[in-house]
Amino acid sequence: MQRNVYLPVARRTTLPLVAGLIALSACAPAPVPQDLNDPNEAANREVHAFNKAIDTSLVKPISGVFAGDGEPGLVSRGVANFADNLSEPSRVVNSLLQGNIPDAAQSTLRFAFNSTVGLAGILDPSTALGVEVKDTDFGETLHVWGVGEGAYVELPLAGPSTERDVVGMAVDYVINPVSILLDPPESYVATAAGLASKVGDRGRYSDTVDSILYDSADSYAQARLLYLQNRRYELGQTVGDDNFEDPYAE
Amino acid sequence: MPNDPLFLTRRSFGAGLAAGAGYLALALPVRALTVDQARALVDKAISEVNATIGSGKSESAMFVDFERIFSRYSDVPVIARSALGVAARSASKAQMAAFTDAYQGYVSRKYGRRFREFIGGTIEVTDARPVKSYFEVSSVAYLKGEAPFDLRWHVSDKSGKQLFFNIIIEGVNMLASERTEIGALLDKRGGNIDALIEDLKRI
Repeated sequence: MQRNVYLPVARRTTLPLVAGLIALSACAPAPVPQDLNDPNEAANREVHAFNKAIDTSLVKPISGVFAGDGEPGLVSRGVANFADNLSEPSRVVNSLLQGNIPDAAQSTLRFAFNSTVGLAGILDPSTALGVEVKDTDFGETLHVWGVGEGAYVELPLAGPSTERDVVGMAVDYVINPVSILLDPPESYVATAAGLASKVGDRGRYSDTVDSILYDSADSYAQARLLYLQNRRYELGQTVGDDNFEDPYAE
Repeated sequence: MPNDPLFLTRRSFGAGLAAGAGYLALALPVRALTVDQARALVDKAISEVNATIGSGKSESAMFVDFERIFSRYSDVPVIARSALGVAARSASKAQMAAFTDAYQGYVSRKYGRRFREFIGGTIEVTDARPVKSYFEVSSVAYLKGEAPFDLRWHVSDKSGKQLFFNIIIEGVNMLASERTEIGALLDKRGGNIDALIEDLKRI
């Protein structure tokens, strides 16, 4: 991947963790796997049943109240923007760790612009001007460093993930500049906004989520498939990728 | 944004194309022509879906339209066989025919029920290129209230005409999702294909 061009920059960072991990890996992104690695399926299915019960009794009804019908309202849009803006510093850090200077610069620009002109991030004028989100996380950073995705995991409340992405979430939580710089109670605002934004997403994509959780014959298997395929796509599957199946070849 | 529709057309891609060594010299232009046709197929299919959505018909009348579009622009027998997975190998010819028929209606209703999400949206075809033995048509979907997303169509002429056999939304491919779903439905019926066929007509 192109990103590798910038890796020498990441090597210069002072974090010993970075140096160690880069030394461990060959500095090449891990190959994107095609198969399904789920050795803990029985335990994952129990978590899935729990998550589904929480959705049925709590998340779905709450999100329904806020979402109403059709398009997202101004309030839920604002909450989503606000929460997303607070993710920008973390994206800057991860883009830097991946040696991707252009994306780090773009996320920095978005944060500066949306935090001021965008009224503390409630609005998103950056996107309107064509400066799009460059989403990334520490799971992707690990991928860029050559760490494979590991086994599939369904986490309580957080949902589908992989072993690598679980580590990524934990590290993101620790190295997130927002939580480092803000003390309680201000830092709780960020957490609350993040949660509210998730509930808003549940409302916005209710048809899709419902079709997976309640209309499919095996919602665990469908959610697993969707998560893995979409995550692998985010991590750099390209146009013209020939890893897809060819039913005529059989 | 052009007001492009969802599926593809250009049914007539001559069987003559298959022919012998003489074609080697022509391979390049023929390939380019086919890329254009794959793209045209997707364009046409998309426009028909949009026309149906905008027609103001009742939901059940729309399902009839969607099924017609699906059977016209996609390789239903190949998609159905893929969805049935390994069970297709042990199915009789009559069972495969009945399954394919029931599956076509089932898929049209299942995705057709989501038509509201497409109201006011557009799909813009951006690229088409050969991949392995088939063609990949890239498009971007702009749906109301959502960030634009990547939608790819895999088109093949192996059936004798250009038809799409897979749709990939942000990396999530329909064949794999369908195989998971049909496999689970079959398991719930103890592997009984006849029971599955009967139930698919009603789901």
